[in-house]
Amino acid sequence: MSAVTAPAEVARTRSPLRVLAWVRRHLLDAYALLALGYLFLPIAIVIAFSFNNPLGRFNYTWQGFTFHNWAHPLDYPGLSGALRVSIEIALLSSLIATVLGTLIALALVRYRFRGSSTTNLLIFVPMTTPEIVMGTSLLTLFLNWRIPQGFGTILIAHVAFNISYVVVTVRARLVGFDRHLEEAAMDLGANEVVTFFRVTLPLIAPGILAASLLAFALSIDDFVITYFNAGTTTTFPLFVWGSARVAVPPQINVVGTAIFLVAVGGMLVNVVWQNRRARLSA
Amino acid sequence: MTAVGQVSDAVARDEVGDIDIQLIELSKRFDDVVAVDALSLEIERGSFFALLGPSGCGKTTTLRMIGGFEEPTSGRIELAGTDVSGLPPYKRDVNTVFQSYALFPHLTIFENVAFGLRRRKVRGDELRRRVVESLELVGLGGLERRKPRQLSGGQQQRIALARALVNRPRVLLLDEPLGALDLKLRKEMQLELKRIQHEVGITFVHVTHDQEEAMTMADRIVIMNHGQIEQLGTPSLLYEQPRTAFVASFLGVSNLLAGTVTGADRVRLADGTEVRVQRDALGGRTGSVQIGVRPEKLRLDGSESNTLEGTVAESAYIGVSTQYIVNTAAGAVTAYVQNDRPGAQAIPDGSRLTLSWNPDCTFVVDAQEAS
Ligand SMILES: Nc1ncnc2c1ncn2[C@@H]1O[C@H](COP(=O)(O)OP(=O)(O)O)[C@@H](O)[C@H]1O
Ligand SMILES: [Mg+2]
Repeated sequence: MSAVTAPAEVARTRSPLRVLAWVRRHLLDAYALLALGYLFLPIAIVIAFSFNNPLGRFNYTWQGFTFHNWAHPLDYPGLSGALRVSIEIALLSSLIATVLGTLIALALVRYRFRGSSTTNLLIFVPMTTPEIVMGTSLLTLFLNWRIPQGFGTILIAHVAFNISYVVVTVRARLVGFDRHLEEAAMDLGANEVVTFFRVTLPLIAPGILAASLLAFALSIDDFVITYFNAGTTTTFPLFVWGSARVAVPPQINVVGTAIFLVAVGGMLVNVVWQNRRARLSA
Repeated sequence: MTAVGQVSDAVARDEVGDIDIQLIELSKRFDDVVAVDALSLEIERGSFFALLGPSGCGKTTTLRMIGGFEEPTSGRIELAGTDVSGLPPYKRDVNTVFQSYALFPHLTIFENVAFGLRRRKVRGDELRRRVVESLELVGLGGLERRKPRQLSGGQQQRIALARALVNRPRVLLLDEPLGALDLKLRKEMQLELKRIQHEVGITFVHVTHDQEEAMTMADRIVIMNHGQIEQLGTPSLLYEQPRTAFVASFLGVSNLLAGTVTGADRVRLADGTEVRVQRDALGGRTGSVQIGVRPEKLRLDGSESNTLEGTVAESAYIGVSTQYIVNTAAGAVTAYVQNDRPGAQAIPDGSRLTLSWNPDCTFVVDAQEAS
């Protein structure tokens, strides 16, 4: 092989290689964009259609842009009541589940008691049980115990499925917790209660906040379990389902979008807060 | 109570020689491990006391039982004469400097140091004054508003000390407080800790596995092994008159030579040489024993009364001294010779010489277990 032909040959063999490398380098980007699009397209449509001005009762085809729906977000019979029930249940159930779940997580991480390893496993059962099974079995339970269905049974059901998520989230935070910090607090004169509120709780607070946000989000959009245990009470998801047969008002999109924005906002606040704490402490 | 009574109480409390901590037959068992084994110990008020021993010998467990973090399996702990065995840590007049420092990451340095005072309802100007005073004691005034992670390891160590001392406890417990520092900082902090202890006059119980650290700092040292006390005493007593082979080799370098007791102050070595030892050191032992001599007590010019013939196998010049390994019929012996005269020449390898040492520098320990 002569010295003159060599560079030309190298160039020829290299250029397809270079294209391949370029494709390979950008394949992941392209894939990520597609995946994101796939995830966000439905949300984008929900948001877009909250600005639609539909002709009939069904908000299914794009007719024209309007702010009317956002100006009158609850202007549809029954919607505001259902939304209110949903928010009440989400607030109450996430609060109760957060308190109970945090205590369970503390017990599981801190103490070896009879059945603690079984509990550690059982905690995952509600997360893996199909919702339809959980919904129907709760229904069976309430019927057998003659508990009247309504707000109370929805609340009980939501607390039941939320607890597992709280336990798992808070437990993750507790596992990396330095027990010497609590010993140091006691060494300095703090009893068990003071130690918990001054040292333990502030340090696991980010985990607890994340858990309660998750519980709130899971509760406010639950349909299946709620459907079986609601009686005559109507939550927002049940309302959407019920009205869909006769009408789909754009107000549903408005409320859906609002819930989405609140959830994203809460998530961002939590992330920013945690980053700030991470920078300042630990 | 009358004023006179109060004064005499105060005097009694501060009298030197009072016992601050008393451990009585203290034991701790973890499942099948006996971490601390029937330990009895008295620690005098105002002393700098070191718990010294190899890793795993039960030092931390002992300290944690005094602090109240570990329940004894049996035995008692008395602080200033009162039994505290069942009391939680927050009811004991004791503070701890943890090896990991355990500073509260979510609180400022000020609040870390103020934590104990706030629990005792100290507020306002007095709180501020005592926190600042305590930070100045450890040389870290002005860092009040920082968070722990913004400080270096050495600074965190001092904050942990300030946080404990600000409460003016009866006893301060320190679990390998210098273990995480680099060598230079560790040497500095050893002297610093000793200065602080002198300044505040509080009893310090210092856990370490570093014999040099214990020797440098402590008034009294207890050497532990397998959860039991090997020997207790001042650094010089432990060094000059170790009672067990373990103490002799754990604390510095020792030459141990096997022999047989032949009289009230005489031991015949393996090669037949007879040497004299202190009567006390022999402690009524008979039969097989080991005698010990520290390397710096040996003379190479045969000027002392105990003698042993040998050949220089190896020598190393170390600056302040020259170290020789001398092979004798009774075993290999290490000797340090001070380089205190100008132009002294090292003795060449292979030279015959007579090692000699003073009988008063000779200690006796039990014979090695046949293995
Ligand atoms: N919480 C525990 N559970 C089981 N064994 C332990 C525990 N703490 C200490 N030990 C055991 O007790 C012995 C003494 O430990 P420790 O007091 O930490 O020794 P040191 O501080 O002298 O290194 C060791 O054998 C250790 O493994
Ligand atoms: Mg230890």
